[in-house]
Amino acid sequence: MANQDYDAIVVGSGISGGWAAKELTEKGLKVLLLERGPNVEHIKDYVNATKAPWEIEHRGRRTVELIENHPNLRRDYVLNPLNIDWWAHESDSPYIEEKPFTWFRGYQVGGRSLLWGRQSYRLSDLDFEANLRDGIAVDWPIRYKDLAPWYSYVEKFAGIAGNKDGIPHFPDGDYMPPMPMNCVEEDVAKRFKERFGDSRHFIHARIANNTQPLPGRPGCMYRNKCSLGCPYGGYFSTQASTLPAAVATGNLTLRPWSIVTRVIYDKDTAKGTGVEVLDAETNETYEYNAKVIFLCASAFNSTAVLMRSATDIWPEGLGSSSGELGHNVMDHHFRTGANGSVEGFDDKYYFGRRPGGIYIPRFRNVNGEKRNYLRGFGYQGSASRSGWSRNIAELNFGAQLKEALSEPGPWRMGINAFGEILPYHENTIKLSGEKKDKWGMDVLVMNAEIKDNEQKMRVDMMNDAAEMLEAGGLKNVQTYDSGYTMGQGIHEMGTARMGRDPKTSVLNGHNQVWDAKNVFVTDGAAMTSAGCQNPSLTYMAMTARAADFAVNELKKGNL
Amino acid sequence: MEMKRREALKSMVLMMGGAMVGSTAILTGCAPEDRIEGLEFSERDIAFLDEIGETIIPTTDTPGAKAVGIGSFMVMMVKDTYYKPEQETFVDGLNTLRKEFKDEVGSDFVEASQEERSNYLNKVFAQAEAEREEREGPHYIHMLKDLTVLGYFTSEIGATKALRYVETPGRYDPCVDYEEGMKAFAI
Repeated sequence: MANQDYDAIVVGSGISGGWAAKELTEKGLKVLLLERGPNVEHIKDYVNATKAPWEIEHRGRRTVELIENHPNLRRDYVLNPLNIDWWAHESDSPYIEEKPFTWFRGYQVGGRSLLWGRQSYRLSDLDFEANLRDGIAVDWPIRYKDLAPWYSYVEKFAGIAGNKDGIPHFPDGDYMPPMPMNCVEEDVAKRFKERFGDSRHFIHARIANNTQPLPGRPGCMYRNKCSLGCPYGGYFSTQASTLPAAVATGNLTLRPWSIVTRVIYDKDTAKGTGVEVLDAETNETYEYNAKVIFLCASAFNSTAVLMRSATDIWPEGLGSSSGELGHNVMDHHFRTGANGSVEGFDDKYYFGRRPGGIYIPRFRNVNGEKRNYLRGFGYQGSASRSGWSRNIAELNFGAQLKEALSEPGPWRMGINAFGEILPYHENTIKLSGEKKDKWGMDVLVMNAEIKDNEQKMRVDMMNDAAEMLEAGGLKNVQTYDSGYTMGQGIHEMGTARMGRDPKTSVLNGHNQVWDAKNVFVTDGAAMTSAGCQNPSLTYMAMTARAADFAVNELKKGNL
Repeated sequence: MEMKRREALKSMVLMMGGAMVGSTAILTGCAPEDRIEGLEFSERDIAFLDEIGETIIPTTDTPGAKAVGIGSFMVMMVKDTYYKPEQETFVDGLNTLRKEFKDEVGSDFVEASQEERSNYLNKVFAQAEAEREEREGPHYIHMLKDLTVLGYFTSEIGATKALRYVETPGRYDPCVDYEEGMKAFAI
């Protein structure tokens, strides 16, 4: 029988859980890292990462069978035959959509750290003060200064390529050299600066791809196949980064196939004493004990664990005394922007497949501006020459077509907006109470939608994109709004928010559950507002900060 | 059911880097689900498809589509990645092409000259383009072009000879000089 007693238990091995495991083991704690799905070994299990195009079945296109078997995943780009094993299968793990909700999950060691978009931006006090300023939801219990040193700490370890741009509301971090802009992007940046001065910024993407070597990670090789796993450790993932560090301490026990059914709660001490685990392979149940428990199971699954815990005391679960557990679901709404063609650069090209591009930080409702909606949005984008898949209707079949498609096509550039969604109390998840998944676990019911504020924002998101591309010198600029449903941003946040008052929040300013202070939630569930920046970097910083706090409290005998 | 087909076709769009080869009308219309049961193609069909592919992407200073086994590739893709209505369009289209080519040109497609073949296919393509607006779903000629281009440029010959294939670039040069005639990078 394996050891049942640990100093700390970490639930989930994605971006947040990997960080919790690394920090807690490095501080000397014996840690049990639980992952509900299978193990994925670094490099060895990246089975499609080094295949040539001609070695890939159907050349990467989806088969009818694949589509038919994945009614949820097929809603977006995530249904990719090359990494299908890394997305949770909807028939094993269903959920109920009272309102349309797209939930893309990674149920394996590494979670979605294997699959993420790697854009890494700090929040600022524009974000941390937003709820207070606008008088909505509750105030964040932390400010930028609380998280800033931890942003630096995680950036240095993770390896973020970026430029220091000196934008007051969009803080710089500790970066490796950025991936350069190509000639078209440089040109657009120059025109952009002439037109917008310091009111809007066209900057290098800040991405978690290391442009310089890190221990065990030679760095980005510009293959742009990140989502297949990188044999060069060219991007931050649990496997490439935090897991090896945790393993090196000798303090880590990793247990895959371990679904945490609940936190075991002791009402006399008002603490979690451990967790109950359902072995996903054998369906047997185990209990593990620890002094500290970190829930890093991804926003909704961390909340679901809480909802299933201490139900003899609180029917709605541990952390529900505030009435906010499961509420304030957020994501980032996107899929609107503009693109256009570029003239005058037919004599320029590039070498290498850069896995990033450019970013335009939020500029709306900044510095006193007041639009007809709250908050704002940023843009991701890039310029490139089109390839052989472009449509050339005017060329005849034969040598002419072959020759044309063998050469790079015209330059194009596009930008796509990512907007903030407000924390609405009525946007919820809850346990169904009826429908079960493959393991007999209660499934989640999603009831969330964007509202008037986001719809109004989308108008600017689209029109501003066109305005900026035109200012950047692009021709034939066209806007698009492909529509958005909740969850599609794969940035689900909220449902166990941080706050200053146990009556209105689930977690305090150190990510401790108010109702059980040795239970921490440090993933997207903790977010009090969403910002418009890609959130993973904030989870990393928040997790490292909470782990430091937890170990100090443990030493002081406070946990 | 319509959604499924739309998703299938959208996935094609995605795999093609966002640029749909063929008609955008492909994204509308309804269809029964799934595929034709027991759909098989004969050796003769594959040889025919090889010649069609070779007409679209011929041998020049680099090998053409026939050299990459384009006929077998198209058959695999139609069987595995096309829904029933598209499979029917494809199969009916091949039969139509075979018959009408012979009626008009006077010989079998596989025996005709490269010029006769390309003139004919270009005529079909031009007509399909002109009728794009009113047609429900794709024309078979768009399917033939799409599959030939995909199969060729992702093949080893296409990627390494017609294009420049660099598996591991190792660096990013953001701005290099380009002269007409230089090949594009594969992928």
